[in-house]
Amino acid sequence: MLEVNHIDKTFLAGTPNEHHALCDVSLHLKKGEFVTLIGTNGAGKSTLMNAVSGTFWLDRGTILLDGEDITYKKEHKRSAQIGRLFQDPMKGTAPDMTVEENLAIAYARSKRGAFQFALKKSDSAFFREALADFGMGLEERMKTKVGLLSGGQRQAVTLLMSTIAQPKLLLLDEHTAALDPSAAEKVMEITNRIVKQQDLTTLMITHNINQALHTGTRTIMMNAGKIILDLSGEERENMTVPELLELYAQKNHGELDNDRILFSE
Amino acid sequence: MTLVIGSLQLGMIYGLLALGVYITFRVLNIPDLTVDGSFTLGLAVSASFTVAGHPYLGIVLALLAGALAGCITGLLQTKVGIHPILAGILTMSGLYSVNLFVMGAKSNLSLIGKNTLFSDLLTALPALGKDGSQLAVGCVFAFVCVAVCICFFKTQLGLSIRATGNNEDMVRASSINVDAVKIITLAVANGCVGLSGAVIAQYQGFADVSSGTGMVVVGLASVIIGEAIVGKRSVSVGIISAIVGSLVYRLIIALALKTSFFPSYMLKLVSAVIVVIALAIPTVKRTMQLRKIRKGGRRNA
Repeated sequence: MLEVNHIDKTFLAGTPNEHHALCDVSLHLKKGEFVTLIGTNGAGKSTLMNAVSGTFWLDRGTILLDGEDITYKKEHKRSAQIGRLFQDPMKGTAPDMTVEENLAIAYARSKRGAFQFALKKSDSAFFREALADFGMGLEERMKTKVGLLSGGQRQAVTLLMSTIAQPKLLLLDEHTAALDPSAAEKVMEITNRIVKQQDLTTLMITHNINQALHTGTRTIMMNAGKIILDLSGEERENMTVPELLELYAQKNHGELDNDRILFSE
Repeated sequence: MTLVIGSLQLGMIYGLLALGVYITFRVLNIPDLTVDGSFTLGLAVSASFTVAGHPYLGIVLALLAGALAGCITGLLQTKVGIHPILAGILTMSGLYSVNLFVMGAKSNLSLIGKNTLFSDLLTALPALGKDGSQLAVGCVFAFVCVAVCICFFKTQLGLSIRATGNNEDMVRASSINVDAVKIITLAVANGCVGLSGAVIAQYQGFADVSSGTGMVVVGLASVIIGEAIVGKRSVSVGIISAIVGSLVYRLIIALALKTSFFPSYMLKLVSAVIVVIALAIPTVKRTMQLRKIRKGGRRNA
């Protein structure tokens, strides 16, 4: 479904702050695969996600989504097929608009027609049903401004917004990190359900290694702009958190002769 | 009585200007300074065509010319990446020359003795009287524009505009072209402003190239007064409040001039001061609240 081929990106090239964020990264995701992505801060996880969603142009390499080359496709055009969630619950919704209106905007990408009335009765019923599925009581707050909802509720609404038009790919950038434990659990539960229902190809960044190993079907670890570990199947099932950390240390040690490690902060 | 009728007439026509300012300033959340130029552009186009004997065509073309001016500001903002305020100033400044060109290099045009919307209506329905026909034209334009705008902001595109003013990231994530939305909004808003200028030209029977100076502030003052009276519940209410604000603004100005509270050349200063006071209210409120809390804290300590 997603094919990332040898992509390379250097920020601020030619300046003292030059940063080689992605070094020849390749990644292939099959349809319906749920990949968790881990790594330290600055490892290039978010940069990889930004590359896929198109916030910057690549120096080298190509990205294919469902066979279509999207390397030079504009960000807003890509987002018709890519749903995305950020850590910040404020980022994915318009606070001064109601839950219903937010959902209507997100839903509009599945049907074109700028001069049609945005809020239709049939759509409202559909939104209500989808929200009721979450079991958070959001279906009773369709006319509430999103700015008045809690972080967890907002993130749940954003999750519905980014999956309502059945995207080909779902990108989750630590989308539960800013929530309290119970809200995080709830949002994660909804995420799992939606991914399963729609058989979505998903890439999720997390800092919780335990969660990374027990959610989804495959785990990838990044360091210094490279993928250093790719676990799936039995190997992943038998993996424990201490073993993974040990593996990380080994991998890192092996690269110590690389001058990049010496110069990294 | 003439004072009230006069204010109603002007208030309705300038209401379109307030509507344009409301759309950019409150809905899209970008202060747009093109208004000074696009108002005069509408005025100039309408006046030139009226002189040539085509008052109706003049109104339509003025609307389109205003929209075009808005498009240019929009392109400067989005495609060239110029700061929104500077983009507006650049268009406004450039339009000064364009306006003189439209008016045939004359700084003012007189429409006396020419057929206008108003004179045509008076000939068709003499029973209305001069004041009545002027009021009728103003009301029709205001009502039609309000109705069209209210419907427009309920469409998919209208919703996208509101969202763009609220959270651009979310709009981009919903696969909507933010640049296009901004350009369209500026076109719609400046179209309203151009239309306002067009009707004003035929109403007052002359066009002056400097009539646009300070129109942004007049528009802002109207919007703010409207919000203070009607409140800000939704965009539909906001659109109506812009017209109401414009009516009240004209009434205040007329009263002040009538009682010689200030000479007419002070008008722009007074408008500016109204806007400053209105925009300062939230900050003043916060300071007062803080003072109150501090006082209470000391007493309880």
